[in-house]
Amino acid sequence: MTTGGNTKTGSMVAIDAKDMHYKELNKIIRESILSGVKNVFLENVNGQYYIGDGLKGDDITITVNGVPGNDLGVFMDGPSIIVNNNVQDNIGNTMNAGKITVNGDAGDVVGYGMRGGRIYIRGNAGYRIGIHMKGYNEQIPVIIIGGKVGSFFGEYMAGGVMVLLGLDNSEESVGEYFGVGMHGGAIYLKQKIDFSKYSKEVEFLEANDGDMSFLKKYLLEYAKDFNLSSEDLISGTFYKIVPSSARPYAHLYTSAAF
Amino acid sequence: MLRLKNNFSIEHDIAGCGLCGIINVKKIRTNGEDIKKAIALEHDRGNGLGGGFAVYGCYPEYSELYAFHVMYDDLAAKEATEKYFKNNFIIEKQESIPIFKTSKINDHPILHRYFMKPKSDREDRLFSELKDDDFVVKSVMLINSDYDGAYVFSSGKNMGAFKGVGYPEDIADFYMLDNVEGYMWTAHNRFPTNTPGWWGGAHPFTLLDWSIVHNGEISSYGINKRYLEMFKYNLALKTDTEVIAYILDLLIRKHKLPVELAMNVLAAPFYQTIDKMEPEQKELYTALRQIYGSALLNGPFAIIFGYPDGMVALNDRIKLRPLVAGTKGDFTYIASEESSIREICPFPDFVWSPKAGEPIIIKTVKTTIDSENISQKQRLIIS
Repeated sequence: MTTGGNTKTGSMVAIDAKDMHYKELNKIIRESILSGVKNVFLENVNGQYYIGDGLKGDDITITVNGVPGNDLGVFMDGPSIIVNNNVQDNIGNTMNAGKITVNGDAGDVVGYGMRGGRIYIRGNAGYRIGIHMKGYNEQIPVIIIGGKVGSFFGEYMAGGVMVLLGLDNSEESVGEYFGVGMHGGAIYLKQKIDFSKYSKEVEFLEANDGDMSFLKKYLLEYAKDFNLSSEDLISGTFYKIVPSSARPYAHLYTSAAF
Repeated sequence: MLRLKNNFSIEHDIAGCGLCGIINVKKIRTNGEDIKKAIALEHDRGNGLGGGFAVYGCYPEYSELYAFHVMYDDLAAKEATEKYFKNNFIIEKQESIPIFKTSKINDHPILHRYFMKPKSDREDRLFSELKDDDFVVKSVMLINSDYDGAYVFSSGKNMGAFKGVGYPEDIADFYMLDNVEGYMWTAHNRFPTNTPGWWGGAHPFTLLDWSIVHNGEISSYGINKRYLEMFKYNLALKTDTEVIAYILDLLIRKHKLPVELAMNVLAAPFYQTIDKMEPEQKELYTALRQIYGSALLNGPFAIIFGYPDGMVALNDRIKLRPLVAGTKGDFTYIASEESSIREICPFPDFVWSPKAGEPIIIKTVKTTIDSENISQKQRLIIS
């Protein structure tokens, strides 16, 4: 079946998004999925906002060719999005389940308040990555960044896991205000950093065997997704950052005596 | 009927605003089609209450003259303002700014331009010895605050601002920018938050050759305004962005600060950063903060600053607004969204984002771009 620039074959649809407004594009994506499509291929995407937002369904995959607009995969609950280019700001905001794979760099504010699923970024990411992330029992959101990040990495982080690999970087891979106000979850680094420069509310440890066995399944998947050597990725010492208190600001407005 | 000087209702809305800039470092001129396409991609960042463009290199035949773009409510305002011009300037040429009436921009002021230079025996010479640039600044301030229904929105040489109420792509059609050529373009799509959407309030804001497009809020507007008033700048345009244009005029033209340092006044390093600097740098940045504390911009912002020798992209000190850069050959592009760059340059050689508070400065002609070196602050060598 062919309608306009869209080609539908069985459970797959290819959509030419060139010069298409985001409202129209997202309508077509939603209608396709409602009609039973499992694989959506988006071609010539450039700047369309809100792709994949609020979608459900573990068996849905959206492949994006081009640079999608802001707020990709927001509130997403199950599907996978593969982006073969860079992404802009605010991807995976409050995402609950599913996976976003980015073959390039990401803008600012990745996975804000994220509460489940995975976001894998091959390149660098901007400011405010994983801020306000949270987890609960089995629900563990995971963000892995291949390159470096800007300031406010993991600010106010309440749960979940972030991994910063710092691949291909000679300079230090984190900015200022690292883990400020962090009170839950864990951040893993493949590079040792001068931690005295950063938050006083967190502790800096070497990752132990338990940490590594948890991380391994995610790192192997990351290596496979980006065609990297899994041995290189999991070898060497990882460093772990955890909050030193579950309530770092308990006494911000009250006397320390309480 | 449209009134420029009016009591506008003040609307509060969620912030957006879109920015774009294009510069050719070899000063090769291109028409306004690319910048229109780039800013049109950011259509949804604005709400139709303001769009505008600044272009450099557009009046080569009058490059020695000040090009005044003026908007008038009515012919009485025009007559009164032109009386001032005739008394004080030699007007080489004047004409209506060419416009194409579109259904999208159906209500506009009278738009006129003048190519002129201050008279050597002008009225004020009896009392003072102002240089031409100073006299032009004084004239712009005087007209904008005291001449009812008249606003000068461009006053530089071989550059011009084209702006109004509407979406930027419609403003581009209105001014027929496909017929205008320049080596540097900046553009703005407005989503007014704290101040009215009116013709004079659209970006860019310009004074002499300086132009500013801005996304954000200048929370320090009150302090900046009072500071500028001490140097006889009048803030008449009801929009926070105006202060940036005048601060840069003060710092760069009057106080002779290099552009790099002026940017470090707007987005001054935090004292905790200054504490970690080498002694000489520490002394400099401490002095700048002490002297120019009232010129510091507080609040979230992303700006593109245009001046004849280049273009600057700058974020606030904790990067609360988006800004992306891309290069391809002699062209450098700046935008609020990467897709905006890719709309006109699908395969840039290099795409990156400025760091918080650290300017990306792209200079024309002699200086080559060093895109590898993103952190410009480290490059500052103070002589």
